Amino acid sequence: MLRRALRLGVGRCPLGRGLGTRRGGSTLDWDGKVSDIKKKIQSVLPGGAWNPLYDTSHLPPEHSDVVIVGGGVLGLSVAYWLKRLEKRRGAIQVLVVDRDYTYSHASTVLSVGGIRQQFSLPENIQLSLFSVDFLRNINEYLAVVDDPPLDLQFNPLGYLLLASEKGAAIMENNVKVQRQEGAKVCLMSPEQLRNKFPWINTEGVALASYGLENEGWFDPWCLLQGLRRKVQSMGVRFCHGEVTRFISSSDRMETASGEEVTLKRIHEVHVKMDRSLEYQPVECAIVINAAGAWSGQIAELAGIGKGPPGTLQGTKLPVEPRKRYVYLWHCPQGPGLETPFVTDTSGTYFRREGLGNNYLGGCSPTELSPQEEEPDPGNLEVDHDFFQDKVWPHLAQRVPAFESLKVRSAWAGYYDYNTFDQNGVVGPHPLVVNMYFATGFSGHGLQQAPAVGRAVAEMVLEGHFQTINLSPFLFSRFYLGEKVEERNII
Amino acid sequence: MAAPRAFLHLASSIWKWGPRDIRGLSRTVAPEGSWRKGRALLQFLADHFYDVKALREYLFRKQVLKVHQKNRSFTHIKEQYGPYIAGAYFVLKQGGAVKFQGQEWMQSNGRGRFSLDFFKFQAVPVEAVDASGCAINYQGLDNLLALKELQSLSLQRCPHVDDWCLSRLHQLAGSLQELSLAGCPQVSERGLACLHHLQKLRRLDISDLPAVSNPGLTRILVEEMLPNCEVLGADWAQGLKLGPEEQS
Ligand SMILES: Cc1cc2nc3c(=O)[nH]c(=O)nc-3n(C[C@H](O)[C@H](O)[C@H](O)COP(=O)(O)OP(=O)(O)OC[C@H]3O[C@@H](n4cnc5c(N)ncnc54)[C@H](O)[C@@H]3O)c2cc1C
Repeated sequence: MLRRALRLGVGRCPLGRGLGTRRGGSTLDWDGKVSDIKKKIQSVLPGGAWNPLYDTSHLPPEHSDVVIVGGGVLGLSVAYWLKRLEKRRGAIQVLVVDRDYTYSHASTVLSVGGIRQQFSLPENIQLSLFSVDFLRNINEYLAVVDDPPLDLQFNPLGYLLLASEKGAAIMENNVKVQRQEGAKVCLMSPEQLRNKFPWINTEGVALASYGLENEGWFDPWCLLQGLRRKVQSMGVRFCHGEVTRFISSSDRMETASGEEVTLKRIHEVHVKMDRSLEYQPVECAIVINAAGAWSGQIAELAGIGKGPPGTLQGTKLPVEPRKRYVYLWHCPQGPGLETPFVTDTSGTYFRREGLGNNYLGGCSPTELSPQEEEPDPGNLEVDHDFFQDKVWPHLAQRVPAFESLKVRSAWAGYYDYNTFDQNGVVGPHPLVVNMYFATGFSGHGLQQAPAVGRAVAEMVLEGHFQTINLSPFLFSRFYLGEKVEERNII
Repeated sequence: MAAPRAFLHLASSIWKWGPRDIRGLSRTVAPEGSWRKGRALLQFLADHFYDVKALREYLFRKQVLKVHQKNRSFTHIKEQYGPYIAGAYFVLKQGGAVKFQGQEWMQSNGRGRFSLDFFKFQAVPVEAVDASGCAINYQGLDNLLALKELQSLSLQRCPHVDDWCLSRLHQLAGSLQELSLAGCPQVSERGLACLHHLQKLRRLDISDLPAVSNPGLTRILVEEMLPNCEVLGADWAQGLKLGPEEQS
């Protein structure tokens, strides 16, 4: 206690926390009950909640069974499923740590909110199908007594993917897999395409695939807030602070073949409080790395990737921030109400936004051409020339009405980009045995979050995947060099 | 060193509120006479509810379950008698009306009873369904989507029909000519946009949809999207309420 008090410096009274977190070894959880009763009494007494000397509500607890780093959609989804799948109410304590609850940089709220089943990997399709089911029944999953139902604003208008001659065969194959998995996708010839969407110029299009159900876009903020509200009501704790350090112990072991490996176990997470030098150690059994674009850094903090290259110890988590721009434009003569989420042969995408002939879209630089440079991820400034030079020409070529348009606004966000194979990383680390990943989804993390959260929770609670087998997405693939790539049609 | 401790904690917290404590508590509370009954009740309450909130959560879940149950498909009927009979049975059971081709409208009486005469129409397609005010939801819609000759469908004032449901109607694109969604509280412009698949549609009623944010504009856009269809709904006055900026 003394050591801790010293470390935390002056200005904070350790006694103030005493009641809430000291644990007796007896069977009854008195501490929890007392603080509960206190809270109840305080809430009925006028002005009772104000206690300037001992207010420690901003501090994380000293112990939590599970600490989730990152309160974006993936982190919250893991929290939700952990609480939902726990065997008995209150069995696990879950703490979510995020350094920015305004979500000014979080990918979740800067995304364009699309959901599709048009992937080539069965796992991705299954994740997306599970998630769409979750979203459809969101008011059953995330219902909170006395709170209004959520309005997800789902636009069920489908994705329309266009393939050139080169990509047509792959597209046909992909659609076959998608249908096998139960997605409602149809193929269209250029002529059918012209009939259905007369505003499209089909030049250079050999084949199109179009999602008839369960695809479209929704409001990511609504999903995030809904999850937050729900997990809070389920007893998940939130803490505003940055994870700066992990304290772990290591065990040297020898494999059957005589190789020496070091197994690590994190037992404390240091959370640095916002705008202060104070930090709080949180003792924990399990850490979930859901820090999105920054999860590579979190992995490094845990010592992942610090070892001789080519070994498992030396294998980094290959997730880094990549800046992506989204532009919002107005075009009075643009396509109408039926406009789907269109992805062009060039990789450019757009969708309708609201009713006032507004559209939003963009393009990944590396999808245009591999030589294209990645923009500096140091800040979230928007490069407007990128639209003029790289996005607009493709748009105007595909939809002639877009030749005259006016950009109204733009923003940038970070992809949690997996440089290895652009797919998610799910499950535990083989060496840092109590760190679990839910990251690296590189542009489709939002739509898969509900399913990924469940998969991670199953891994934590049961030790294996149950609903969807995500073993291809385990960390070990980076060491083994086994890429699980989407077969893209561009 | 702390790691095993943390694990211990995980384990110990599981036992903290073991059933033993609660049962012990209930025994002291229940009076001697009705000991058994009281114990059972308290046991039930303690097992299932932490507090009032949990009780209300439980009631909400029950409610949801009821809607789900009402929307179950009658697979055995479908297997035995085909989609038309199964669809008709579903609608009648929900309190709606159906019309087989060349037959009169059929409806259940006030007490939810209906004659099963229609089981002889196995080969006769259902051409119209009036499910006004029924508790149909996404799941239950399966029964209607199997009616491939359905020309007229009324889903007026259905509380559980939402945009997700509308996104499935493309399956009826081959036949549907008339559709009424009037008064559906959950239908918005986002779902209406999916109706572009229904190219045979001649009449569409979208009046009185509270979830549509801009009824006048939405009606214009729907009319543009379905040029061969007469669209009823939102009178123009609702369009006039727009500010000058939005109109331009
Ligand atoms: C422009 C754009 C468009 C997109 N479009 C789509 C789309 O259409 N469909 C789709 O499915 N996906 C899309 N995505 C991808 C999707 O947004 C992400 O995959 C997803 O949001 C990732 O969620 P997350 O919770 O992992 O990350 P985030 O939402 O970024 O959350 C991570 C959180 O971790 C916190 N954090 C980081 N480091 C620390 C630390 N040391 N301590 C404490 N907290 C920390 C951050 O503050 C942040 O809040 C898009 C992304 C972008 C950028």
